[in-house]
Amino acid sequence: MANTYVKIGSTVTVGLAGAATIDFTSIPATYTDLVVKLSTRDTAVTANTGAAKVTFNGTVTSYTNRYLTGSGSAAATGSAGTTFIDAGLGSLMPTTGNTASTFSNIEIYIPNYAGSTNKSLSVDAVGENNATAAYAGFNAGLLSNTAAVASISITSTTLFSQYSTATLYGILKN
Amino acid sequence: MADTKIIVNCETGEVTELELTADEVAQRAKDAADYAKAKADEDKAAADKATAKAALLAKLGITADEAALLA
Repeated sequence: MANTYVKIGSTVTVGLAGAATIDFTSIPATYTDLVVKLSTRDTAVTANTGAAKVTFNGTVTSYTNRYLTGSGSAAATGSAGTTFIDAGLGSLMPTTGNTASTFSNIEIYIPNYAGSTNKSLSVDAVGENNATAAYAGFNAGLLSNTAAVASISITSTTLFSQYSTATLYGILKN
Repeated sequence: MADTKIIVNCETGEVTELELTADEVAQRAKDAADYAKAKADEDKAAADKATAKAALLAKLGITADEAALLA
């Protein structure tokens, strides 16, 4: 297999106390694209309200969200949020209110992260819930800032629950 | 217990866990409040639109499926 999909740093597994934020720092500029894989759950009380708020380089302005979600019975669109990209798609990640031990499955793709143009990303995500409402969807996000992405922060609504994981990969297009 | 952040240094692979600073806690609270308001506004706009659509269909005496045929 070609060496085009490389794990960068270490996989984070959240411990018993939970974690508010997961940061990947000092990201090398040697790849073409980045991918973040999340398997997360939030300690919020209400079901399907967990967010995974993504920011680059500590920037908290100039973000745009356009997301589409389906609950199993209805579809919705949204664009809320200018201070981060919501990889939880309108805060639909499983929480304490969802079926026990269920987690989201989220992929965040960041093309041309080291380039000098505005930074786009796409998110595809599903929640998990043994109940009538379980969500899936997509988000097209943009940060109107041309700086290369050297750090990525992913912040929970309340806390990421124990056993939540996050892994960063670099993509090389040869 | 204070909220924490887990930091992965991608150059060294080192993983550290730190308490959030006061600024980070404040930013986190502001983000949450701003987002809750934006989401509530968006949800209300969607609900208002649905209500107006239902009222119009009732006024016209047709179903949503019948209205779709007119599009």
